[in-house]
Amino acid sequence: MPDPQDVISREIAELAAKSDGADHPARDYPPYRSSGLRHPHRPLVAPPEAYAELRGPVFGATDVTPLDADLTRQHPGEPLGERITVTGRVVDRDGRPVRHQLVEVWQANASGRYPHQRDQHPAPLDPNFTGTGRCLTDADGVYAFTTIKPGAYPWKNHVNAWRPAHIHFSVFGTAFAQRLVTQMYFPGDPLFAYDPILQSVTDEKARARLVAAYDHDLSQPEWSLGYRWDIVLDGPSATWMEEGR
Amino acid sequence: MRPTPSQTVGPFYGYALPFRDGGDLVPPGHPGAISVHGHVYDGAGDPVPDALLEFWQADAEGRPGSMRRDEVDGSFAGRDGVTLTGFGRVATGLDGHWAIRTVRPAAVPYISVCLFARGLLHHLYTRVYLEDSGDALLESLPADRRSTLVARPERDGVYRFDVRIQGDAETVFLDLG
Ligand SMILES: [Fe+2]
Repeated sequence: MPDPQDVISREIAELAAKSDGADHPARDYPPYRSSGLRHPHRPLVAPPEAYAELRGPVFGATDVTPLDADLTRQHPGEPLGERITVTGRVVDRDGRPVRHQLVEVWQANASGRYPHQRDQHPAPLDPNFTGTGRCLTDADGVYAFTTIKPGAYPWKNHVNAWRPAHIHFSVFGTAFAQRLVTQMYFPGDPLFAYDPILQSVTDEKARARLVAAYDHDLSQPEWSLGYRWDIVLDGPSATWMEEGR
Repeated sequence: MRPTPSQTVGPFYGYALPFRDGGDLVPPGHPGAISVHGHVYDGAGDPVPDALLEFWQADAEGRPGSMRRDEVDGSFAGRDGVTLTGFGRVATGLDGHWAIRTVRPAAVPYISVCLFARGLLHHLYTRVYLEDSGDALLESLPADRRSTLVARPERDGVYRFDVRIQGDAETVFLDLG
C-alpha cells in the first residue's frame, strides 16, 4: 500500500531537520521510495588517479541542428501552453564558463504528459510538442531554449503524489567527472513542499539553486515569458584543455 | 561557487537522451572491435530496466563525443561509421541489459562509466577493466571488491560486466571529487 502524503511529509521534515548542508541529495533518501534498492550501501572509493575522468567528450556542430533549441518548432503546428524562454550560463566551481558544450533538455507538455509509453497519466498528448531539445553553450557558457511551460504531473511514489513543473537538464563539463543531470523548477510552485525529489536536496539554499528566476527583461512583448537559470558544475574541471576552449 | 544539485534522471528520458548507435563507440567491423555487455541489478537482485549508462574512453588527445544529428529532419543520424568517438550512451532494456562495441582502452586500462537511473538521485561512476591489470585503483581494493570492476571474458572479443547497485557483490563506485 502506498503511503499517504502526510507520512511522506513527516519523513521529509525529519530529514530536513538533520540536513548536513550538502549540495547534492543523499542517494539514500527514503521519502523517494524508488531510491531504497537503488543506492550503494558502501562508501564511494576515491581512485588514486583519474586520468580518463578528468577529460571528457567534446560535442560539436554535427551533434545539434539550429532548430534543436526551439521546442515549439519541431512540428507543423504550435504547441499548446505558455510560451517561455529559458536561458542561463554554465560555469564550473571557479566561475569559468563551460564553452561550446552540450546541454540537453526534456520535459512534459503543458498538460503534464510525456510522450513516453510508460507515462499513463490521462492528460492529453500534444501532437505539436515532443519536449526534447539540445544546444551548445556559446563562448561565454550561455545556453538558451524556447519552449512551453510544462505542467505538473502525478506519479506513484505515494498517494496523491504530484511533481512540481520542471524541465530535465543534462549537462557536460570539460571533464567526465563534471557530468550533471538535474531538474529546473519554476518559482513559487505550491507543490515544492510535497515533492520528495526536490526535497531530497535537504539544504534550503542548495534547493533554491534548482529554481529558475522569472526575469521580466527576458520576456518578449506579445510573445513569451523569460526565465533565467544558471548552472554550476561540481567536480574537478579539466584545466588542461582550457587554452583550447 | 556552490554547485547546482543533482536530481534523478527519472523514468522518461528514453525519448530524449538515447540516440541511434549510441553503444557503437566504433562501427561494426572496426579493427580490434570488442563487445562489452552486462546487466544492471538493484539491491534485490532484480534487473533495472530504466537505467542509462554512459561510457567514456580518453586517449592522449581527448576524442570528441558524437551523437550526430540529421541536418534535414533533425533526427539522430548516429555515428559517422568510421571513427572511434570515445563516448557511448545506452539505456538498459526491460531485462536490465546493455551492450557497447568499442576497442580496448589505450592510455589507461579502463573504460569510464557513468550510471543514471530512475530512483538514483545522483549518478554513480565506475570503471570497466578488461583484465586485472594491477592498476593503482585495483591494487588499493580488497580482492572481492576488486573483482567487481573486472569484466569477464566470455569468448573472443566479448566481455561481460554486470553493475550491482547495492548488495553483497555491490560494484565499486568512485568518488571523483
Ligand atoms: Fe519529469
